[in-house]
Amino acid sequence: MGGRSIAAGSMKLKGMVKHAIGSGRSVTYMPRPGDGAPRGVTLIPGDGIGPLVTRAVEQVMEAMHAPVYFERYEVHGDMKRVPEEVLESIRKNKVCLKGGLKTPVGGGVSSLNVQLRKELDLYASLVNCFNLPGLPTRHHNVDIVVIRENTEGEYSGLEHEVVPGVVESLKVMTKFCSERIAKYAFEYAYLNNRKTVTAVHKANIMKLADGLFLESCRQVATKYPSIRYNEIIVDNCCMQLVSKPERFDVMVTPNLYGNLVANTAAGIAGGTGVMPGGNVGGDHAVFEQGASAGNVGNEKLVEQKEANPVALLLSSAMMLRHLRFPSFADRLETAVKRVISEGKYMTKDLGGVSTTQEVVHAVIANLD
Amino acid sequence: MASSGFQLLKRTLGNRSTAARFFSSVSSTPIRATLFPGDGIGPEIAESVKQIFKAADVPIEWEEHYVGTEIDPRTQSFLTWESLESVRQNRVGLKGPMATPIGKGHRSLNLTLRKELNLYANVRPCYSLPGYKTRYDNVNLITIRENTEGEYSGLEHQVVRGVVESLKIITRQASLRVAEYAFHYAKEHGRERVSAIHKANIMQKTDGLFLKCCREVAEKYPDIKYEEVVIDNCCMMLVKNPALFDVLVMPNLYGDIISDLCAGLVGGLGLTPSCNIGEGGIALAEAVHGSAPDIAGKNSANPTTLLLSGVSILRHLNLHDKPDQIQNASSTQLQKGSTELLILEVKQRQPSSPMQLFIISKYVLE
Repeated sequence: MGGRSIAAGSMKLKGMVKHAIGSGRSVTYMPRPGDGAPRGVTLIPGDGIGPLVTRAVEQVMEAMHAPVYFERYEVHGDMKRVPEEVLESIRKNKVCLKGGLKTPVGGGVSSLNVQLRKELDLYASLVNCFNLPGLPTRHHNVDIVVIRENTEGEYSGLEHEVVPGVVESLKVMTKFCSERIAKYAFEYAYLNNRKTVTAVHKANIMKLADGLFLESCRQVATKYPSIRYNEIIVDNCCMQLVSKPERFDVMVTPNLYGNLVANTAAGIAGGTGVMPGGNVGGDHAVFEQGASAGNVGNEKLVEQKEANPVALLLSSAMMLRHLRFPSFADRLETAVKRVISEGKYMTKDLGGVSTTQEVVHAVIANLD
Repeated sequence: MASSGFQLLKRTLGNRSTAARFFSSVSSTPIRATLFPGDGIGPEIAESVKQIFKAADVPIEWEEHYVGTEIDPRTQSFLTWESLESVRQNRVGLKGPMATPIGKGHRSLNLTLRKELNLYANVRPCYSLPGYKTRYDNVNLITIRENTEGEYSGLEHQVVRGVVESLKIITRQASLRVAEYAFHYAKEHGRERVSAIHKANIMQKTDGLFLKCCREVAEKYPDIKYEEVVIDNCCMMLVKNPALFDVLVMPNLYGDIISDLCAGLVGGLGLTPSCNIGEGGIALAEAVHGSAPDIAGKNSANPTTLLLSGVSILRHLNLHDKPDQIQNASSTQLQKGSTELLILEVKQRQPSSPMQLFIISKYVLE
């Protein structure tokens, strides 16, 4: 009798813990007939640790019997262009999951990541940086979403040598792109019940360029009176991020600042190995590890197979929600969070000793 | 706690050359330096710094200059020609916070100083002060930022309605100059590693040129380790483990952001000294915070930033024991947790100035 009550007690406790970590949905999701048909997702393993972590996602999806099937395409960072068949596949499937593509530094090849975004007009890049329970960090109460303009700004790639020894690079800002990213940011905040949108800029120095960005943000802000809007200069923003990150909610930024702010926010919330993110445009969405730092990893990680799959797993949960499979997304997210909070299977960047495979097995074991 | 703090300071100073040691204690002829007290709280904190330096027997004679009330046509700003000449002659200066007057027809004060004195590098040492606890305890790095070109060229224009272009310019000359200074600084102060921060995977020609210049200079200093770090990696590593970095050298925009990030790691702009280096060895240290007109004259401003900036001038002049003394004193004072000096943002209304002076002078003289 004592044994049975202890067992019952522990089941109840497990249920409470499950509920606390958020596996229950209160009101059910009613799909349309036929929504359960498997969806195709283009999969680009990429370079470095990319193949390891995308393999992890494939294994977990299989274990969950999720209604997605992957179409793999090999793309590597040293190719000149993204192959046309890959673009065709993404256009057909509308959704893609990818590992990092290594961009050679200083070489003549333009970044394939940037090319992909421009071809598919994925104009918004989203990174969600939040504290995971069980992962010790210096900062607490962090829950920041960085929405970054993905197509223009400093990454226009327009550079030329004026005379030997003097090089110019053009930063192009257009009202069209600034407006649509501002609209996306406010719409995201509205749909996700976020309270504040902060625009990050350097308009005291770059008066016309960032001034244009700010103007667009202000115009869109007037259409969402229930969402608070404020502006912050990028250097002050970075300083505040490392001292008081809890005051930030949704941040909308032009291209370069977004890169820095997203990586800083990812670093303070637990590292780039755990932050999910994606790129979205009018017609397509590409999901990948949130922050760009370390998404290719280094050789040691690849050799010892110790890459952290958590970021890509959480991004694939985002993808499942995007594809309207919320219950699969919830199950995956809950399993991953449980593994992290238990703390037994963590890769090196989180202070543990597990390999990628061990983490994957732990996640699969924790799936309801 | 005190000993670990002292260890940290010792590491900060690095290995001093024997020549510096020779110059350190006895220096009979006073060195002339220009002092711009500035506006708002400027005059008070400048006064504090003067008193502390006097208590520490620092052989500096200050020449004070004030911002004029009229535009000087020779400089097209409120700074007079005499002030600038004085800095050029004395080669060292200390600048308090200056409020830029609003209006047209004149250049901003900082811009005037930068252009006229050709200040090409901005140096900000960031170290965790034992006594002011932040989330990061082991910060000990220097950021060196190119100050003249890059994204801050100010060249923007509207191509058609709704499309704006801004130019980022990188030249070989400016990049070589700042890289030279960075390696020279590293050698002088016994630093082991210089990291160049860039985004050359995207901006291949511009940041590529910067990197090429850094590599050329690195070859001339074979005993200093040189590495290149992409800025996204740098940001991430800085917030996870700032002990990974030693000296950072960067173009203008990245330098602005990273130096403020590092200031945030150690406690904010209230604790960060800053020094601008110009052609011909001119050094102009400054307090990077604002002039806080609302607490001016109330004896409650925090002189720490200006004090630490003054200390960096002393290091530039190779007077190494005085900076130690003053820095130890201010750290000890911080460590004692004196209620007078807890919040280090200039805006705070804490009566700190006279008490701090007294305590620091007491420690310095002992």
